[in-house]
Formats: sequence, structure tokens, C-alpha cells
Amino acid sequence: MTSPQPHVETSPPVSDEVRKTTCYMCACRCGIDVHMKDGKVAYIEGNRDHPVNRGVLCAKGSAGIMQHLSPARLRAPLKRVGPRGSGKFEEISWDEALETVRARLATLRETAPEKLAFFTGRDQSQSFTSWFAQAYGTPNYAAHGGFCSVNMATAGIYTMGGAFWEFGSPDWDRTKMFMLFGVAEDHDSNPIKIGLGKLKARGAKVIGVNPVRSGYNAIADEWVGITPGTDGLFILSLIHCLLKAGRIDLSYLSRCTNAPVLVNEDTKSPDHGLLLTTPDGKHMVIDRHTGKPAPFDGAGVLPDLAGSLRRAGTSHRSVFQHIAERYLSDDYAPEKVARTVGIDANRIRRIAADLARVAFDEAIELDRPWTDFRGERHEKMIGRPVSFHAMRGISAHSNGFQTCRALHLLQILLGAVETPGGMRFKPPYPKPATAHPKPHCRVTPGKPLDGPHLGFTHGPDDLCLTDDGQPARIDKAFSWENPMSAHGMMHMVISNAHAGDPYKIDTLFFYMANMAWNSSMNTSGVMNMLTDTDDNGNYVIPNIIVADAYSSEMVGYADLVLPDTTYLERHDCISLLDRPISEPGAVADAIRWPVVEPDRNVRGFQSVLLDLGARLNLPGFVDDDGAPKYADYADYIANHERRPGIGPLAGWRVGDGAAESNRQTGLTHGRGGPNGAQIDAYIKNGGFWSAHVPDGAAFYKPWNTAYQDWAVEMGFYDSPQPYVFSLWCEPLRRFQLAAEGHGTRQPPDHLRERIKATLDPLPIWYAPLEDGHADPVEYPVHALTQRPMAMYHSWGSQNAWLRQIHGMNPLFVPTALWTANGFSDGDWARVTSVHGEITVPVAHMAALNEHTVWTWNAIGKRKGAWALDTDAPEATMGFLLNHIIHELLPPKGDGLRWANSDPVTGQAAWFDLRVRIEKVAPPRRSYPDPGGQDRIVPDPPQNVTLKVGS
Amino acid sequence: MHPAVSIILFTTLSGMGFGLLAFLGVGIPRVEGWVAAVFFAIGFALAGGGLLFSSLHLGHPERALKAFTQWRTSWLSREAWASVATLGVVGVFAAALVVFGVRIAPLGWLGAAGCIATVYVTSMIYASLRSVPRWHHWSTSALFLAYSASGGALLAGQRWPAVAVLVVTGVGQFLAWRAGDARYAACGSTVGSATGLGHLGRVRLFEPPHTGDSYLTREMVFVVARKHARKLRSIALLLAVVLPVGLLLLPAFHHLGAAVAVLSHLAGVLCVRWLFFAEAEHVVGLYYGRRPA
Amino acid sequence: MTALPETTERKLGLVIDLDTCVGCHACVIACKGWNTENYGAPLADADAYGADPVGAFLNRVHSFEVEPDSGPAQLFHMPKSCLHCEDAPCVTVCPTGASFKRVEDGIVLVNESDCIGCGLCAWACPYGAREMDPVEKVMKKCTLCVDRIYNENLPEEDREPACVRTCPAGARHFGDLGDPDSAVSQLVEARGGVDLMPEQGTKPVNKYLPPRPRDADIDVLAPYLEPVDAQPKGFLGWLDRALERI
Ligand SMILES: Nc1nc2c(c(=O)[nH]1)N[C@H]1C(S)=C(S)[C@@H](COP(=O)(O)OP(=O)(O)OC[C@H]3O[C@@H](n4cnc5c(=O)[nH]c(N)nc54)[C@H](O)[C@@H]3O)O[C@H]1N2
Ligand SMILES: Nc1nc2c(c(=O)[nH]1)N[C@H]1C(S)=C(S)[C@@H](COP(=O)(O)OP(=O)(O)OC[C@H]3O[C@@H](n4cnc5c(=O)[nH]c(N)nc54)[C@H](O)[C@@H]3O)O[C@H]1N2
Ligand code: SF4
Ligand code: SF4
Ligand code: SF4
Ligand code: SF4
Ligand code: SF4
Ligand SMILES: [Mo]
Repeated sequence: MTSPQPHVETSPPVSDEVRKTTCYMCACRCGIDVHMKDGKVAYIEGNRDHPVNRGVLCAKGSAGIMQHLSPARLRAPLKRVGPRGSGKFEEISWDEALETVRARLATLRETAPEKLAFFTGRDQSQSFTSWFAQAYGTPNYAAHGGFCSVNMATAGIYTMGGAFWEFGSPDWDRTKMFMLFGVAEDHDSNPIKIGLGKLKARGAKVIGVNPVRSGYNAIADEWVGITPGTDGLFILSLIHCLLKAGRIDLSYLSRCTNAPVLVNEDTKSPDHGLLLTTPDGKHMVIDRHTGKPAPFDGAGVLPDLAGSLRRAGTSHRSVFQHIAERYLSDDYAPEKVARTVGIDANRIRRIAADLARVAFDEAIELDRPWTDFRGERHEKMIGRPVSFHAMRGISAHSNGFQTCRALHLLQILLGAVETPGGMRFKPPYPKPATAHPKPHCRVTPGKPLDGPHLGFTHGPDDLCLTDDGQPARIDKAFSWENPMSAHGMMHMVISNAHAGDPYKIDTLFFYMANMAWNSSMNTSGVMNMLTDTDDNGNYVIPNIIVADAYSSEMVGYADLVLPDTTYLERHDCISLLDRPISEPGAVADAIRWPVVEPDRNVRGFQSVLLDLGARLNLPGFVDDDGAPKYADYADYIANHERRPGIGPLAGWRVGDGAAESNRQTGLTHGRGGPNGAQIDAYIKNGGFWSAHVPDGAAFYKPWNTAYQDWAVEMGFYDSPQPYVFSLWCEPLRRFQLAAEGHGTRQPPDHLRERIKATLDPLPIWYAPLEDGHADPVEYPVHALTQRPMAMYHSWGSQNAWLRQIHGMNPLFVPTALWTANGFSDGDWARVTSVHGEITVPVAHMAALNEHTVWTWNAIGKRKGAWALDTDAPEATMGFLLNHIIHELLPPKGDGLRWANSDPVTGQAAWFDLRVRIEKVAPPRRSYPDPGGQDRIVPDPPQNVTLKVGS
Repeated sequence: MHPAVSIILFTTLSGMGFGLLAFLGVGIPRVEGWVAAVFFAIGFALAGGGLLFSSLHLGHPERALKAFTQWRTSWLSREAWASVATLGVVGVFAAALVVFGVRIAPLGWLGAAGCIATVYVTSMIYASLRSVPRWHHWSTSALFLAYSASGGALLAGQRWPAVAVLVVTGVGQFLAWRAGDARYAACGSTVGSATGLGHLGRVRLFEPPHTGDSYLTREMVFVVARKHARKLRSIALLLAVVLPVGLLLLPAFHHLGAAVAVLSHLAGVLCVRWLFFAEAEHVVGLYYGRRPA
Repeated sequence: MTALPETTERKLGLVIDLDTCVGCHACVIACKGWNTENYGAPLADADAYGADPVGAFLNRVHSFEVEPDSGPAQLFHMPKSCLHCEDAPCVTVCPTGASFKRVEDGIVLVNESDCIGCGLCAWACPYGAREMDPVEKVMKKCTLCVDRIYNENLPEEDREPACVRTCPAGARHFGDLGDPDSAVSQLVEARGGVDLMPEQGTKPVNKYLPPRPRDADIDVLAPYLEPVDAQPKGFLGWLDRALERI
């Protein structure tokens, strides 16, 4: 006998309406369905039609609602009324805020525009913010790439026209073996997970190369617990094995790369090590058909990998012969490198063999004919189904640029880039370094800068130096110290501005970067620099403006705060001009739009910047009568044109270029005139636009005429621009030549040796620079951070849901160190680097490289920030490793302070850190204690009991 | 398990109360008039008060009546019925005795049986939980009954029976603790079986699902230091059994001594019950890095 | 209604792949979001921005390390929610009938308006699948998204649990484990899916797919890397010959 079962409503109404926009909880930019009830945000889930996430959503994305409702949201413009860092502010009107900024910036612009340093974080409106900075005329603009992953990005672009994430990804549907280097989460967060899921479903092999076996590496079939900073050597050893066994794709190398191009071998020549060119600048190869030199792209030319040539008394040999010579050397034999990299020699051989087997013996063929740029028709697309993905684990070291190059060399030797089953580019990539702008820094008071700030240098002539050879930029990007710093060096801005080196500035303007906290190296030092005063009691850095949406640590150090909306309350544009959301098979861009209106006195920052630009009368921001050209950012998105026919968004433009299907509507995609209804079209389509790459153009993109033609049609470039991959990276060689004394622009003497040693045109490995400064015996342990999948940098902690998952962070310690120190659960340790010390809670981890400790990134918080209670675990137990990572290497007695950055790109070398650890009696909190700030927002609620629809 | 004050008081007080009422039901001691009234009042205060404390444990005490519906399957529901029914029967018996001076013996016997049943049913709330190996055993019920009997005997002023039951209870408790210590290991649940990963090697919690507390960790992953527990066990036995027995054995036995014996016993049982919860490890602890002790 | 049905018409449940789960907690938060807005009281968070936040969650992800006898340590992420046990002790202990197992699909639910918040069901569950709401003081548990899987206001393809829909790695599968032909049953069969704590006698419906073997031993493939030529100079000779063939 049972009583009746209670009735359950199984079909309740889900929501009144779904509004589709783009997530902002990280830079993956997934499509989201925002369910609305009573005009309020009720529930967020993934958009199934979206090219990036196909319906899935990560923890942060689903928790977006708590971010949107965070008690830490700023409410109105703020003016500082207490000392910097105290958190004492007074609310002011937008007019007052904007007038204050305008007045200050207008004066600077007329006198010394370089005294404004405008740096932005991970927001994806760089094509817009840089446009402002360029119109304003300061050379001091960059986004966060310098402390993030510039090594990865530039090594990819210089080598093959793109790296991973927004540039490319593995052919998840076809690859049979996948190697992942140094990735905890990455920007391509959901696509990587979706991809790994596909591999797992097919039972394809995954190898994780990472000192730490968590997350993606936990599901890897094989874990390579490498010693940090040695991946380059490991990869070059794999290359050694493959070369030695002849297991490389010779056809691919000769047709698609500069391996057959001839290199000048005359050590006396000013062109030594440069590539032989035709008078019109084409690289030369030996044509195997004729045995004669020919331009690499000549019709019907079959470039000879083994070519050599003696011309005008100078001998030349192919790049490939240099490659063979270098990497066949026993220096790269597995036995030689095993100790350094911490991997058994047999294991290295076995992995190389596995790669070779899958690439060549399990090759795939697609029945898709294609024609290459030399006019040769190929009946099939041959695929090498091995693929790779890598990120900051190899990038955030001072040898990261060369390590990333080594990885690309490996992929290319296997013929696994842009071939089925390998790594594929996402349109508008690939795009070689030569197709990118060069950096510009020429300042004229009252006038725009002479060109875009950031770009790719190809030799000393492209450096950003003043007439007396000093760095022209406050961050010293594109100077001899880091000649190829394509993303700028944001991590050096505060410290250089404080030191007045290379010059003093007036206003620091930060947008969406927590520079007083987790994005700075040497956090305690940086907080002191921000509050330091001169003899007259004035702040050394006179004026700080911060545009932020939440009461972050950085906001506490601002003089003036411009409060942004949350991501659900504003227009945004994720543009092909910037960092698009494309996938290998489709080009795509997207928008955000206000699915709700802000309920506070806040404004979308981009609209504010347009307003500011107009108030400053900047060209492009005002029309001929000096009236604002754009009402707001939405207006700009729809109506701005960069080049005729090319605007921020590629979908639903107006024009005659309209494809057949759209003739009646007059709408077109890619190139076309502005369309006032464009944003509505995006909203109707789910917040994004995408166009499929035609089948015949889906692979071999740099060399495939079908792709090149489609790219021109889409407006990626104005004429077909096929190119070959640069295994030999000539720009590097040009800097070396200068260091050897050639040419008129010469590096300072103290940098010559380092440039010669590190800017090698072929990938090399050298020990991370910190190893040469910190004593490896005194500091025997590597210390790393990892991204927690459920947290985004500092800003996840204000999220009531996410902070329960990661409310504090222990330092994870490997078994050997754990036992040696006699640690047990709940213990604490002092962690000392050559620069400083911290005291932190520890936890045990067995699946960890035995010389490595690590912690989750950016969990520690400053007291009072983020609307958290002052005794929140984030502020008492949580900690930052950043306190003991300095932006400069310790003095080594040469009177110089070397930046703790990659010598090529200036990438911050976060993961070079070496420490020692020892057990201490449990303190009451983690140290250092950087003091607190007043809570600048109202007190948060005690409990959260959110239910919109009730 | 979290040793919640409300449940400790509930089990301790109601156990003693029903113990006393059981004695009174069978006419030991054979009291009448106002003496009976006092005895019954004590019994009802303890049993009823215990039940009231138990309702403090509820999130929604106002819905407590719903707890009477599932007597077919739920020991907690049975407990509700048993206690209310027993209090009803004993109430009628006591009213007849005190007010009308009539002793309806069968009703008394029925009441006494009810008291025993109630204590048994209460014990089964715990003993039926397989998820808490230490509790999942007949000795849990036996001890609940034994404590109830000792408390009842003490309150009923039954010197020698009290001594006897106390000694048995003490020995039983000692043995039960020892047996209980081994029961988790014997139940077969390990972090290996909890994760299904045991066949791969030694399994250890790396990271819990949340860095702070949760309902589960607060409620079920309570840990008490072993040293601490040992000490408390001795104190508990001393107070609950040794001291009362000692007092009862004093040649010059006296009302004051009896009162002290009762209070000591009460304090001891409170300790025992604290330990009953605090030492009980829920298998869910396996998901939070707790291994069988 | 705390008597368990003798049999249920279907056995709906989840299959979770420990070989694939990357431990991202996406399922945890999607679950929190959906169930805050839907079935019963919102899943509250007490002391949400304070020193000791405690919220109700229906799904949690634990991480375990395994040290095999030989080879490096391994790490696994293990999501856990109600397993909708066939012999659900949480149901039979419930004094009010608030806890029940549905006859039609085997889903174990709490009827919150009957729940007195005694907590006994949470004690009875060996898996920690039930949590008391810190504000509403009623018992919360995984509903298997009973208000999604049959919901006619959702498009057909969305009639699956929120956690399954969101899982980026595809490590979660939903279906009828009572039907041997269902995709989930087949998957369990093929991959040797297991019960958690079978010795507790709860007969869970949810199954876990064990990880595939990790870190295979070295050396099987050694011959693949025969050098092309023993002499160092020989490489160029080989290259010449090889180039003839392309
Ligand atoms: N959930 C979440 N997602 C994010 C972010 C976030 O904060 N949260 N941040 C975004 C940002 S800004 C970025 S830049 C990306 C970064 O994404 P990731 O590149 O994944 O960044 P990290 O977490 O720093 O991971 C670095 C990984 O490299 C490993 N590692 C360190 N040193 C070495 C080494 O020498 N060799 C090898 N092989 N591995 C090494 C570390 O153990 C770690 O696993 O993530 C983005 N995505
Ligand atoms: N130890 C260590 N340190 C590291 C790293 C590491 O691996 N290890 N990684 C480095 C890397 S790669 C990066 S990218 C940095 C990241 O570090 P940051 O770029 O500083 O990242 P967040 O902490 O997320 O801070 C971004 C700021 O943006 C604000 N914000 C959030 N949403 C909005 C919005 O909608 N509008 C506006 N205007 N502002 C908003 C937040 O409140 C916050 O103040 O950290 C770096 N620091
Ligand atoms: S990965 Fe997560 S946080 Fe990043 S955009 Fe996608 S859903 Fe949002
Ligand atoms: S997992 Fe726990 S709550 Fe779910 S049915 Fe089984 S015993 Fe009950
Ligand atoms: S807490 Fe609610 S559902 Fe659980 S046993 Fe008590 S009354 Fe039943
Ligand atoms: S099935 Fe629904 S309720 Fe259950 S864990 Fe998944 S999302 Fe949560
Ligand atoms: S969402 Fe999927 S991959 Fe992420 S923790 Fe949950 S089950 Fe694992
Ligand atoms: Mo980054």
C-alpha cells in the first residue's frame, strides 16, 4: 500500500524571453542565452548555435549572473578624497569626471602627449582603444599582452602567421594524437574542452606536458611532468630524433616553408645569415626541376631542400641544411637532455616515434583537390593527424619565445600545420608578420601619432627609439632590451613611470587591469610606487585614472574612477580587426548589447572614451563642425570604417559586393558599407555572425588559391598574399647582425652578447634567465601558478557562487619536499625567492614534478576590496605569488638591472621563479599583509537568496 | 557527526524520562498521591522536554505533525508515534493514579512497554543508518535501552537494580566503544570504493569541492581528536557509571547522595551522547579526505 | 511517501566519465543557476561575501589523487550529485513523506512543502548528495532536472539536465539506465561503468565510467626511429635520395 506520489510540475515556464549575447567572464567569448523574467536576468546558459561554445558554458559563464549582480559593482564616478590606496572616495557627476579628465589630457596633448600612458587589460576592444590613443598622439599605449602571452603570439606569427587560441586550434575532429604543452585552462577554454571531449570519445591519445598533472593534464593518457623552463630542450630533442630517422615531411617542407630558401654563409658579409632575395625582394631557392636558383614562388618551381649556391663569391645553403646540421647534433640527443628536462631518454624517443608513426603511418587523405600558389594542382589533401596546443607554460618564461618557435618547428617538420588532422588557423588568420603593421612612436604635440603603436619589427630600423637612441616608450617596448615586444610591456609601466625611466609621465590611465594587484609583478613594491611621494609631498606618479566596473584593488589607487557597466549592460564588439571569435572552419565576429539597462550611474567605457575623444576634438571623433561623430559605441560599431568597406563588424554590411543570395536585400558580408540596422541583425542572429570557409579552402590556407581568393572577398586583405612559413626567422638575424656590429642602429654594448646569444634565427634553448641570477642551489624549487577553471583572475572572488569553490589557495608541494619538510595537513611554509618572502598554507600533491611547487592564480585579495568582508578567507589565507616575483632580475654586479622578461619579446617571465621553502609555525594569516582599503561600495547582503521569478 | 546540543539533550533527557516512566508504569516504586505526582512530573518533564529539544533541530518545527505520516518506513516517524502514544498512555495511567488514586495496572504495564519501545525506536533512528558504521549495530539500541534503564532506576531510587544496570551498562559501553572503533574499517567502505578508483592504487583526496565549509562538512564531517575522545570516554564512564555506583555503594546512602548520583549520571550520559555523535564517522567523510580511524 | 516503489518504469540517471572530466565545475554552477531559479526554494548562500560562506549546491566536484604501485601519480576529478539509488535509504528514513522516489522514472525528489528540515535523509545518504538550504531550511537535492527533461516550454534538444547540457568536455551523459539498449546503458557496458560504494547497498542508478589506463609502458615503438644513416654525413645523402621521391 502506497500513498499517492506528490504532483511535480514538470513543465514550468522557463522564462519570459531569451536574449542572446556574448559572455565576458573570460576572453573565450562564448555565446550566451540570457533568460529574462520580469525584465530581469534570471538564468544564463550557453547558446547552442554559437561557433565558439556550441551550447556549453563553463562555471564562470554560468555564474555570470552573480557577477552582474555583484555587490562590488561601482555605482558612480569617484574622486579620491583620502590618500591613495585608502579607498576613500566621493561620488561625482559624469560631467565633472569627464571635464576633469578632458582638461588634464587636453593640456598634455598640446605640450607632451607622451605624458599620458594609456594601458588596457584583457578587454577585446583594442582596435578601438588603440585608435583613441593614436588619435590622441601618445606613443604610450598597449594592452596586456606583454605580461600575458606575447611569446606565444609572436613566435607563432613570425614563424607561421599565427599561434593558438584566436589564431588556430587542432583539427579536433581528425587528429589522432594530441600534445598539450603548459596549459591549465587558456583563453580557448570551452573549445579546448569540447575538443578534448571529442578526442576522448574517439579514444585518441592525449599527452600532457606539464609539471603539474591537474585539469586537462589529469585526463591526459600520458603525463610528461617536465622540469619547468626546459620544454624547448625537450622539443628540440624530439626534433633531433625525428630528423635522425628521416621522419619528417620533406614535400611539405620544400613547398610550404622557407626551408629550401638560401642563406648567406659569408661570415664577413653584412648580410651574413640573411636570406638570398631577388632584386624585387623575393626569397630564392634552387629549383629541383632546373637545378637553378629561382624565386620561391615561381610558377612550377619545386624548391630544393638540399640546395646550395655560390654567387659573387658568397656561398649560400638552404635553411634546411642549417636545420639538419644544428639539430642532428648530439647536444640534442635524448640521453644528453634527459637530466635537464627531467624525462627519461627512452621516453623522449618513444614520444618521437609515436609522433612519427601517427603523422606518417596513419596519415589521412581527403578527396579535395586544391591548387597551390605556384599553380600546382593537388588531387588530395594529405593530413598528418598529430596536433599540438601550448600556452603560458612555455610562453611565460624568459626563453619562451624560442621555445614556442621550437614547438612550431616541430609541428612544421611533421607537416602538421594547416593540414587535415593537424593545427588549423582561424580566419582571418593566418597572417604573417609582414602583413602586420610595424610599431610607431613619432610624437607631435597636438597631432595624432604617426601610425599604430603596436606591430612587428623586422630589424633595427623598426625599433621605437628616440633620436638619441633611447627607448621612445615608457614601457621600453621595441627597444634593444626587447626588440620584438609586439604587445608592449604593460608590466613595466608603473615601475618605469615611478623611476622616471626613460622619462617622467603625468597621467596613468588604466582600463580593466588590476595593476595594483595580481597583474603586477612585485605587488607590494608596486603598491609603494603608486603611493610614493616626492620631496614636495606630491605623488611621484602624479595622476591615475582607472576605468573599472568593480571595486578592485586598482580602483583603490585611482585619483579618478570611471565606472563601467557590467557586460550585460553595454554594447561591445568582438571584431575581426581585433581578436575575432572565428573557428578554423568559419570566420566569425560578435557583439554584446544591453540585455538590461544599468540601474546605477555608470556608463559603458567605450562610449565614455568616444565622449572624451570628442571633448578633446580628436580627429575621427568629431565631424567637420567639431560635433561628436558617434552618439555612443553602438553608433561607432555600426558606422565606423577603418578602410573603405571594412568596419568593426563584418556581418550584414551594405553594398554591391552582395553575394547572390543577398542581392534583394542589398546586404553583404565581409566588405560593404555601414548598415544602420547592423546591430539589430546581429541580435536577431544570436549576437554573432559567421561565414563558413569553403570546403576547398579549408586547409593549406597560406598556399591555397581558393582560400586566398575567399580571404580577399571577405576583406581580410586586399589582394592574395600567399607566403611560406619562416623556419629561419630573418628579423631575429637582423638584430643579431646589429649586435655583431653591422648597420647604423647599434645596440648598447651591454646588450650585444645577450642579443647574439638569444635572438637566433633558428630555435634554440637556453636556461631561463633567472637561473643565471638566482642561485639554483639556494633556490632549488620552481614555483608556478595555474588558472583555476572556475575563477577568472582577481574578479571571480566577488562572485558568491565561485568564491565558495576557491576561497583560499594553498601552495601545493610535491611528495619529496612534503616529507623532507615534515609537512602535514594544515601546515604553513615560508617561501623565499631571491627577491622576497611570503608565508602561506601548504597542501600535498603527488602528481607534481618533484622540484616544483604551485598555487592557484589570483585568489588572494586585499582587505576591503571586492566588497568582501575584511576577514574573508581570500584576504586572510589567500595569497599572491606575485609578491616574490620581481619585474627586474636581482643585481648581478654589472651595475645593471635586467628586466625579468624574455629578451626577444619582453614577455614577463612569471614562471622562471625559483624559491626555497621551509615549515613555519602557523601564523594567523598569510604574509605579507598589504594592509587594507575602505570598502568603497555599500555593504553586501548577508545571504544571497536569488530567485527572480517568484 | 556534528554533536548538536539539541539532539544530545533530546536523546539523553528523553531516555532518562522514559526510563523513569517505565519504572513508574510497572509500579516501582509504588508511589501514590503527591509523591507520584512529583515522580511523574519529573518523568514527563524529561521525556517531553527531550522531545521539545528534538524539535529545535528541525528546520520547520511548525510542520512537525507531518512527521507522523510515515510510520510504515521511517523510524523517526515511528518515534513520533511511539513517544506521543506512550506519553498518552502513561499520562492516563498517571492521571488516574494521582488524581483519582486508581492504579490501572494493565495501563501501567502498557505504558512501560511503550517507554521501552520508544527508547528502542529512538535508537533505531541511528542504528538503522548504514552510512554511519559505528551506529549501525544492535548494540546501539541495547545501550540506549541500558542508559534509559539506568537513568530510570536511579531516578526511581532503586538502589540495587540501579547498581546492577549501571554496571552492565558501563561494561556494555566499554565493549561497544571497542567494537565500534573497528566497525568503520569492517563496513567495507573506503575512499577506493567511494570513488571507484581503488583498483588503480592508493587513493587520496587532492582537493575538496569547496575551500570553505558546507552543510555536509559541518553536519557530517565532524572530527574529534582521538586523544581528546579517549579522555572524554573515561570522564563519561566515570560520571555516568563509576561515580553513581560508588555513591550507591556508600554504606551511608542518603538522598543527597542519590541526587548527586543522578546528576553525575546525567552529566556522564551527556558526555556519552556527545561522543556518540562526535565519534561517529559518516562514510561521506571519505569524499572529504577523512579515512576510517 | 517514503515507501520505495517496488520497481520503477524507467531508471533515469547520469553516467559520468572519469576519463574525460577535467574538473571545471561547470556542471556545479549550471546546476546552481538552474535550480536557484526553478524547483523549490532558491539555493541560498549564507554569509555570501563573508568569512565563512556556505551555500546549498546539488552537485559538487571532488578531486582525488591515485598513486599506483608503479608509475607516476594520477589525478581524477569526480563530480557527484544524487545517484537516484534504487534502494534509497534517504527516502525510507524520511518521517514526513517529503522524500520520495518517482514510480515513472525513479527520480528521487524532496517535496519541499512537506519537509520539516530534520536532516535525517542527509544522514542516511552515504554519498553526501543532500544539503539543507541554509536559509529556507528545507532539504535540497539533485532533481535530475525533472523540470527540464519533460519541459514542453523547452526545445526538445534542451530537455536534458542543466549539468549535462553545459558540460564542456562531454563527460556527463543522461538517459534511461533501466533500458539495456539506451545509449547510456551501452556506454556503461562498453566502458565497464561502476557503482560508487556498492557495499552500502543503495543500488545507485548513476554510473561512473572508470578512467582508461594511463602512462603506458615504454618501448614497444622503438624501431620506428631507426636512424636513416649511421654516418653523420649520411643524412645529406639520404636527403638527396628521399627528395628524388617527392
Ligand atoms: N578560468 C580561467 N580561464 C582563463 C583565465 C583565468 O584567470 N581563469 N585567464 C586567461 C588568461 S589572461 C590567460 S593568459 C590564459 C592562460 O592560460 P594558461 O596558459 O592555461 O595559463 P596558466 O594557468 O598560467 O597555465 C600555465 C600552465 O603551464 C604550466 N607550466 C608552467 N611552467 C611550465 C613549463 O616550464 N613547462 C610546461 N610544459 N608547463 C609549464 C603550469 O603548470 C600551468 O598548467 O587563460 C585565460 N583563461
Ligand atoms: N603570479 C602570476 N601573476 C599573473 C599571471 C600568472 O600566471 N601568475 N598571469 C598574468 C596574466 S597572463 C594576466 S592576463 C594578468 C591578468 O590580470 P588583470 O588583467 O589585472 O586581470 P583581473 O584581475 O581580472 O583584473 C581586471 C580588472 O578588470 C576589471 N573589470 C572586470 N570586468 C570589467 C568590465 O566589464 N569593465 C571594466 N572597465 N573593468 C572590468 C576588474 O574589476 C579588474 O579590476 O595577470 C597576470 N598575473
Ligand atoms: S569560457 Fe566560460 S567565462 Fe569564458 S567566455 Fe566562455 S563561458 Fe564565458
Ligand atoms: S544518492 Fe543519496 S540522496 Fe540520492 S538516492 Fe541515493 S541515498 Fe538518496
Ligand atoms: S529533511 Fe525533509 S526530506 Fe529529509 S528526512 Fe527530514 S523531512 Fe524528510
Ligand atoms: S541533474 Fe539537474 S539537479 Fe541534478 S546535478 Fe544535474 S543540474 Fe543539478
Ligand atoms: S562540467 Fe563536465 S568536465 Fe566539468 S567538472 Fe562537470 S563533469 Fe567534469
Ligand atoms: Mo593573460
